[in-house]
Amino acid sequence: MLFFLVLPIIAIFVGTSPRELIASLGEPVVREALWLSAKTTMMALALILAAGTPAAYFLATRRFRGRSAVITLVELPLVLPPAVAGIGLLAAIGPSGILAPIGVSFSLSTAAVVVALTYVASPFYVRQAMASFGAVDRTVVDAARTLGASEAEAFVRVVIPTAMPGLVAGTALALGRALGEFGATIMFAGSFVGVTQTVPLAIYDRFSVQFPDALALSAVLVVVSAAILLSVKFVRGAEAVGGVGGARV
Amino acid sequence: MAGVLAVAGCGDDDDAGGAGETQRVIVSAAASLTEALNACQNDVDGVDPSMSFAGSDELAAQIRQGVKPDVFLAANTTIPEDLAKEGLLSDPVEYATNQLVLAVPSDSDITSIDDLGEDGVTVVLGSESVPFGSYTREVLSRLGDAQSKAILDNVRSNEPDVKSAIGKLTQGAADASFTYNTDVEATDGALKAIELPEELQPTVVYGGGIVDGAPNAEAAQTYLDSVTEGACAQALSEAGFGSAPAA
Repeated sequence: MLFFLVLPIIAIFVGTSPRELIASLGEPVVREALWLSAKTTMMALALILAAGTPAAYFLATRRFRGRSAVITLVELPLVLPPAVAGIGLLAAIGPSGILAPIGVSFSLSTAAVVVALTYVASPFYVRQAMASFGAVDRTVVDAARTLGASEAEAFVRVVIPTAMPGLVAGTALALGRALGEFGATIMFAGSFVGVTQTVPLAIYDRFSVQFPDALALSAVLVVVSAAILLSVKFVRGAEAVGGVGGARV
Repeated sequence: MAGVLAVAGCGDDDDAGGAGETQRVIVSAAASLTEALNACQNDVDGVDPSMSFAGSDELAAQIRQGVKPDVFLAANTTIPEDLAKEGLLSDPVEYATNQLVLAVPSDSDITSIDDLGEDGVTVVLGSESVPFGSYTREVLSRLGDAQSKAILDNVRSNEPDVKSAIGKLTQGAADASFTYNTDVEATDGALKAIELPEELQPTVVYGGGIVDGAPNAEAAQTYLDSVTEGACAQALSEAGFGSAPAA
């Protein structure tokens, strides 16, 4: 089993010499894809953090009717096939989508890539953030409140630091998902060098013409993904050892 | 097993496997062949084709990476010829022709290629490596530099295969693309085809062959024969493909 899981990764590095890899990384098409992926992923993450953090906190701390249904809907993109996400985005906010009459439509642009990445990656963050917020000891927050902290102060100085390891892990998972997004992007945003052709799309595009380029880009994604995984593990490890360390008021 | 092979392996068109024994044949075919070849799936005697549709360039790349379908059917002749030179494909045969057209939504105001360079028109093309994309670039190269540049400036996506370009048009994500006439016909009226002026039209000839080391070479030949002159040739003609130029 381990062999099966590791072999494709090894093959990516065996199939290309370091020199070829470096040469491929100098190709304009390859560089544009890497830059675009970095840019769109960061923009998507900013949106996810800005909207996902309050949403996750709300869902984690409030009890209301239909809460579990809402949570299920928020989590749905986790298991949705990317092609379905792509079609859904087109039908909802594409040029002839249901929101097009009120002027909300994206397509074949960098903004559309950011929308697709945000859609598929946000549940990874929200889910993790919800769990972390839910695990924050309410009595500590209440103590902060009795000591004169406002709700907002308590959130920033107690809740966020306590939940931080989980928030970082959620961010990393969303980052990994956004970076690897393919199906929704190609259906919703198309593929154009420098505008919508992110690294996974470039891998697909170069695969038939320039296999070494595709391998080089894949190698970059392997390294980045491994770094993400390791950072998640590191943060989780820190959480297990000293997770309450941040809870000082 | 050998007996089954003997039945399916006569190579004569459409008369193999009369006993109802069928041979599985894996066919890698250009995306533009989707509707036509699905229509003749059950009509090739003795053969049970299992179809894989994608851009011809991508299917060829798979073959170069060691994937072994039985039959490879491309949307041009250069890709199969290159594979044959590399020893990966039998001598290619030409089995159909097609016509590159300007494809637009049926309610579009675009009436000719001259409208594509206008501001605000969203164009999607095939990527350079896929046949419909390279035919498109032939067309653009025959236009003046200014006109071809104006069109290229309006390009928002380079699609991996012709069906994904068609999808961008039917979804309203793009205003125009260059596709095959048969792909427009397959949309049942959602799109309309605008014919290109004769002097711009590329020669679109489809070629294919039997993959070297095909697991099921004899049944593969039966299938290929039906594409050149049997049930599948009939299906291609019904879908609007032209017959192959006389050798």
